[in-house]
Amino acid sequence: MTLASPRNAILPDRITTPTLRTFLRSVPSVDEVGARERVAALSTRSIKKESKRDALDLIVRMIDLTTLEGKDTAGKVAQMSAKAIRPDPLNPSIPSVAAVCVYPNMVPYAVQATEGTSVKVASVATYFPSGLAATDIKVEDVSRVVKQGAHEVDMVIDRGAFLSGEYFKVFDEIRRIKDACGDAHLKVILETGELGSLDNVRRASMLAMAAGGDFIKTSTGKISPAATLHDTLVMLEAIRDFHETTGVKVGMKPAGGIRTSKDAIKYLVVLNETLGTGWMTPDWFRFGASSLLNDVLMQIRWLETGRYWSPDYFTQD
Amino acid sequence: MATDIAKPTGAPLKWEYASSIESTDLLDLDSKYGLFINGEFVKPKSNNYFPTINPATEEHIADVAEAGAADVEAAVGAARIAFEEVWKPMSGVERAKHIFRIARMIQERSRELAVLETLDGGKPIKEARDVDLPLVAGHFFYYAGWADKLDYAFPGIRPEPLGVAGQVIPWNFPLLMLAWKVAPALAAGNTVVLKPAETTPLTALVLAQIAAESGLPPGVLNVVTGAGGTGSALVTQPGVDKVAFTGSTAVGKLIQSQLVGTSKRLTLELGGKGAHVIFEDAPLDQAVEGVINGIFFNQGHVCCAGSRLLVQENIHDRFVDKLKNRLATLRVGNPMDKNTDVGAINSRAQLDKINELVDLGQTEGADIFQPDCVLPERGFFFKPTLFTNVAQSHRIAQEEIFGPVLSILSFRTPEEAVEKANNTPYGLSAGVWTSKGSRILWMADQLKAGVVWANTYNKFDPTSPFGGYKESGFGREGGRHGLLPYMKWNES
Repeated sequence: MTLASPRNAILPDRITTPTLRTFLRSVPSVDEVGARERVAALSTRSIKKESKRDALDLIVRMIDLTTLEGKDTAGKVAQMSAKAIRPDPLNPSIPSVAAVCVYPNMVPYAVQATEGTSVKVASVATYFPSGLAATDIKVEDVSRVVKQGAHEVDMVIDRGAFLSGEYFKVFDEIRRIKDACGDAHLKVILETGELGSLDNVRRASMLAMAAGGDFIKTSTGKISPAATLHDTLVMLEAIRDFHETTGVKVGMKPAGGIRTSKDAIKYLVVLNETLGTGWMTPDWFRFGASSLLNDVLMQIRWLETGRYWSPDYFTQD
Repeated sequence: MATDIAKPTGAPLKWEYASSIESTDLLDLDSKYGLFINGEFVKPKSNNYFPTINPATEEHIADVAEAGAADVEAAVGAARIAFEEVWKPMSGVERAKHIFRIARMIQERSRELAVLETLDGGKPIKEARDVDLPLVAGHFFYYAGWADKLDYAFPGIRPEPLGVAGQVIPWNFPLLMLAWKVAPALAAGNTVVLKPAETTPLTALVLAQIAAESGLPPGVLNVVTGAGGTGSALVTQPGVDKVAFTGSTAVGKLIQSQLVGTSKRLTLELGGKGAHVIFEDAPLDQAVEGVINGIFFNQGHVCCAGSRLLVQENIHDRFVDKLKNRLATLRVGNPMDKNTDVGAINSRAQLDKINELVDLGQTEGADIFQPDCVLPERGFFFKPTLFTNVAQSHRIAQEEIFGPVLSILSFRTPEEAVEKANNTPYGLSAGVWTSKGSRILWMADQLKAGVVWANTYNKFDPTSPFGGYKESGFGREGGRHGLLPYMKWNES
């Protein structure tokens, strides 16, 4: 099997489980204490005044506003889409978020509600969140949401296959799903909370990027811990290595558990000081979040008026 | 649909952090400081004062007394009386209370002390705040805990204090070096005359105020400020029983020769040229952080700085590329800015020395790399610097630069790494980066260094002893070992 892409540069000539194992063993190891220390140090950055305002604006633009509940309805998706397009009705200077992120069944409603705007529709697919289904069924799941108009697909890898060393299975599945995406962007969820080590996070990142992922994403949000700063750092470092070797840029999406502006700014600092300005855009970085947006809006309102406003002044959608 | 408000999404943000300057409002400094002798600030008999400046702006901060021989004699006399009449007879439990009280007051005033440390010395406020001050308080707390347990510290040994300790400390960690020396000395029952460095005397003087406010009996801690002459007067004072010095190897040798033929005890914590060894199987990105922390922490003004980098040949180029990229993200500038990573060089004299050695490195044929950063116009600053293609015989691979300058060499086998790492007159510190546990143990066994860090660097803790081999000195500070240099041994 071969891939017609510069991503090939990093891969062995013949892609099989043994050659992929060799490839993954060449990925530098990660010292967990060091990685945690690095993000702890970056978390002390003091972001004030205009740099804070710039960050808040960018965070809004980077949000994949998400609802992934069994009880989701067409109405809920429509409401959330309205919020995504115009996050603060009192302040039109606040930009739209990047995308809305929904379950496959909700894609038609999201597409309808965001039509004609810059807000993209992302759909989780591939039997999210477990991913425990046959590859054919996952591919079918993806094809359907793309046909219905999703611009972006968030898939989950088969963690069981990865952890048991069936690297070809993981690789091949991502590749087939990427094919099924067509022009839609593929975000590959590693579910870092289930991978057990930062070494595995880094290896899974390399595998997902080599197989064709446009973005790599930490978590489904259904497993605790979801996104963490140290997982994100390790994934950004993998993206950096991948870009240096192949010239291919890959995006990053931490998702789950990022609820406050303060937390989101820490992620931006880690991004800024690991990958730099080239990734400081919604084209290459997203936050998967639901309650984060309101906290950012409250912070912006505070910066603009000098007063804290009650949460009652912000719509819950 | 409100398409009018949706901005295009693609524009990347070139994110500049706004300045975030720590306030100096809580400092309450005098314009002139006397000597702290016998529990109060007194005018120097020498009548001489010298200025201390902010190295980041070259602005004058205060004038400080220069102690002459007569002043030093008075301080040692006060310490002697306090030793015989108060501190030595006092029970360990009571001594512990005094030291605990000082530790708590340091914690309470840690923000003020951190700001002053940065103002007077030039280190980034984030380091003074997050590293220096927590360790300073930690050392006092730790040794306070030993004060009433000395009889159990070393089984079979009934320890006694030595008497008056004369302590001379450097300018790189002014308050932390004070804590390393003062806390164990007091805990073991000695009294102290301390001489801080002439470029960074202020935090020691504020600590003297704290000691006085805490109710520490007069004469137990005395602070005499001044330059080399004052230090020399202190270590040669006949009333001093114990000399402890941290600083350059040249001065350490001089002190050692001055003490020949006396019964004074001596500990020396001197220079270093720490080797930082990176194996091919190291966690590379964390190793990069370790190397950066090893050499640019406190502008490289660290005796145990990892100033020689030894990288395994087959990852050398990749690792150096990663280092260069990382160097470009270091924020060099105003130390009082909370986001500054590399602050000001401590003095004009030190800056001149760094410049001289860096010029020499280029003359010797090594390749220099400095990131494209803008240094402040006033004050003493130096760009973070890497040298590649360095030979073992180059002076930049042999001499302690004591600045933000890293010399990079490569090696092929572990044996070669050990040989190069040990091929120096110094032996203070070393670092090893590898994923292989057995190799860490083997390296730690082979390296002739007082401290060997594995997969980290520049980690300190009050419970852990620190000190050197060879020309890096003798005696240990920190931990239970740190009590030994301040005790007489009697077998019980």
